[in-house]
Amino acid sequence: MKPFAIYLCGVGGQGIGLLSEILLRAADYAGYVAKAVDTHGLAQRGGVVVSHIRLGETVHTPLISAYGADLVVGLERHEALRGAQAMLRDGGALVYFDTVLQPLGVRLGTEAEITNADVDRACAPRGIAVHRMTCPNLADPRMQNIVVLGHLHLLGLVGEVAAEHSLRAMDDLLEGSALAANVGLFRSIAANDRQTP
Amino acid sequence: MKNMGGMLLTTTPFSEIVMGNTALVRAMVEAGTRVVTSYPGSPTPEIATAIQSIPPDKRPFYFEFSTNEKVAAEVAFGASINGHLATVFFKSVGLNVAADSFVQFSLMHCLGGLVVVLGDDPGANSSQNEQDNRHYARMSYTPVLEPANPTEVYEYYLEAANLARATAKAIILRLTTHVCHAKERVAFKGWSPPAAYDDQPRFDPTRGSYIPITARVFPPKREALAALGRVERWVDERGLHRVIGSGGERGLITSGMVALSAREVLAEVPETLEKPAILKLAMPYPLPVRAIAEFLAAHREVKILEELDDNLEKEIKALAYDQGLTTRIIGKSELDDWVGEYTPDKVRAILHRTWPDLVPVPRVATTAMPVPLRPAQMCPGCGHRSAFHAIKQALPADGAITVADIGCHTLGFQEPYRMGEVLLCMGASTGIGSGLSLFNHSRPVVAFLGDSTFFHAGLPGIVNALFNRHNLTLVLMENGTTAMTGHQEHAASGRNANGPVEAIPVRRVLEGLGVRNIFEVDTYRQKELTELMRQALAQDGFSVVIARHPCMLLFTRNQRRKSGYQARHVHIDQGTCARIHTCVQTFACPSFSRAADGSVSVNPELCIGDGSCIQTCPTGAIARAGQEGGTP
Repeated sequence: MKPFAIYLCGVGGQGIGLLSEILLRAADYAGYVAKAVDTHGLAQRGGVVVSHIRLGETVHTPLISAYGADLVVGLERHEALRGAQAMLRDGGALVYFDTVLQPLGVRLGTEAEITNADVDRACAPRGIAVHRMTCPNLADPRMQNIVVLGHLHLLGLVGEVAAEHSLRAMDDLLEGSALAANVGLFRSIAANDRQTP
Repeated sequence: MKNMGGMLLTTTPFSEIVMGNTALVRAMVEAGTRVVTSYPGSPTPEIATAIQSIPPDKRPFYFEFSTNEKVAAEVAFGASINGHLATVFFKSVGLNVAADSFVQFSLMHCLGGLVVVLGDDPGANSSQNEQDNRHYARMSYTPVLEPANPTEVYEYYLEAANLARATAKAIILRLTTHVCHAKERVAFKGWSPPAAYDDQPRFDPTRGSYIPITARVFPPKREALAALGRVERWVDERGLHRVIGSGGERGLITSGMVALSAREVLAEVPETLEKPAILKLAMPYPLPVRAIAEFLAAHREVKILEELDDNLEKEIKALAYDQGLTTRIIGKSELDDWVGEYTPDKVRAILHRTWPDLVPVPRVATTAMPVPLRPAQMCPGCGHRSAFHAIKQALPADGAITVADIGCHTLGFQEPYRMGEVLLCMGASTGIGSGLSLFNHSRPVVAFLGDSTFFHAGLPGIVNALFNRHNLTLVLMENGTTAMTGHQEHAASGRNANGPVEAIPVRRVLEGLGVRNIFEVDTYRQKELTELMRQALAQDGFSVVIARHPCMLLFTRNQRRKSGYQARHVHIDQGTCARIHTCVQTFACPSFSRAADGSVSVNPELCIGDGSCIQTCPTGAIARAGQEGGTP
């Protein structure tokens, strides 16, 4: 299987950890040799959280090098652009949930908020395919990570990892009503079966 | 993982995707560890999470969060000299706290064996420095095993436990942040729970010199030095040091996770070129003289690729000198070689500088669109935010000196609060503040301290302030938990790691110590807190303001688990809002968003509806959702 690197980024509290763990386990089910590492510095909600996943038999360290990611997954617009600029290879794919959690400087009025046009402008010259998504009817914003996961499968962006592998991973990690809600949402997107979540 | 506790106690061999911290706990179980102690600190708290996934009555060992790392180390030592295999784990700088006891361990006969697990933090991801704890190993004659990934965490703990038992010594297992948090599939052996434990107390004062004073220090010191030689041979004979590749003229000596970065970078070297061989050391102290001398002799030049300080480099250069080896040894050259984590990117840059013919110029960042930085923030609803906002109003503008301590409230140093402008370490604020108060008749001194830190290392500074009559105000930021590291219990929580216990309320401790001026208020009562702060500052001598509010991250998480939970938010009445921006710019809860036109809105993804912001609005434009604007 061809080596594949996924860099996930977002803001503390958005569920990067769960998304990364699902993808890691799904990749393992798909037959990849898989390594990952989360880096979250100070644990408070509100800081940057990133996770590295590297798939392939020749992988030694889970840490992705600059411009070494085939796919960058962002759960927030600023972090998506930050991640794509630092980690994504030319011609890679950027997938992000289009929500904004304003960084401190924006709230203090000293810096400007990043727009979707900014993201497109930064990515176009490097041949990066940008996929952004929202889910207006989502009952719980903490499930934005599953919306993104569903789209990753829908768009066929996670190498040889199939939706079925992610479902098995979710079953390993979640239980009860949380499992049911996440699986329902995931199926509705990954299977392109557009029910209102 | 749904059933981590069950997984950790599996009796048959199995494999599972785990992080290093979880793999460690399985190794503790298999090794027959009987006592495990800790004080929470990143990157190690998930070790406790894994332990606590096993119900206390099913845990094959005793576990506690002690009041600080020194006590944790002492409890583990005490268990060990009574015959139990014991382990203490804590973060890098925790060893500074534990050091007074730790440096004595090598002089002692640790009957059951003692493993000291360190979570070092190259890159200072969540620490106040990136200290290289291998220095402590050398200073205290304590061997160090250094795993590179979760599989090695598991294997090396088993080695450390065996070695500690066989030598009746303390052994360090040195993890680093990205070894603790790395995840991969690890193959575990089976485990047979013993039918019964031999828990007989076996402490015997004649077994070792347990009283190291004056001349009685020397025999155990000689024994500690001699043991290093035995450990060196043991690790060498176990084949734990590994040579990867044969190389030609070039070689590279490294250890731990840096070895993975090196292998990653060298894998990029074209097949047409000769790749340097790698000697990956399992134990950086004591160094294996045989293995290193052989490796040096086999190569014309050897790069020492070493994260943080140049411990290996200096020792290997000395070794080469002693052995009469003429191999060119390439060590650190630039200041930045001492700084930061040796990620693949950093190693690529260093190896390019070392062997430009092998490693091409790393790609540098092209013109990038600047993205506003995102420093960690206090959470929406955090009581500390209310405290800083209220306390600031009681302080003379630019006149006060505020002292930070370790905890979530450390973040108060940032804009827009700028509260707590000097920081050393756990519990240091009262002592620093006392010094700042000397000869100081114009600038009031305010020190901040968390409640877990109060018990950890805060008490001596407080007693000193009373004893030596220092003139400062301590603000005790009481949120009822050890929030920053993941909500572990502390002495005032009313629970320990094993269940409910009687709380030791901070106020009663302060009263018992004889603090006369104690003020106490919930931080959400901001006006009252401002007023109490003024009163405290007006006192001559030492005063304490207990600024209390439960950790809202924990509170909200617990609320969400209850049935019928309804998310709550505040909203801004745009007709009433005068765009003064106190909420977003001065109180600065991250739930507020500011549009380019200056209008302010509430982000429902972040707002928890705590309402602590409502009182900050001069025009009363903030109200709970479903209500009209409130009274400011």
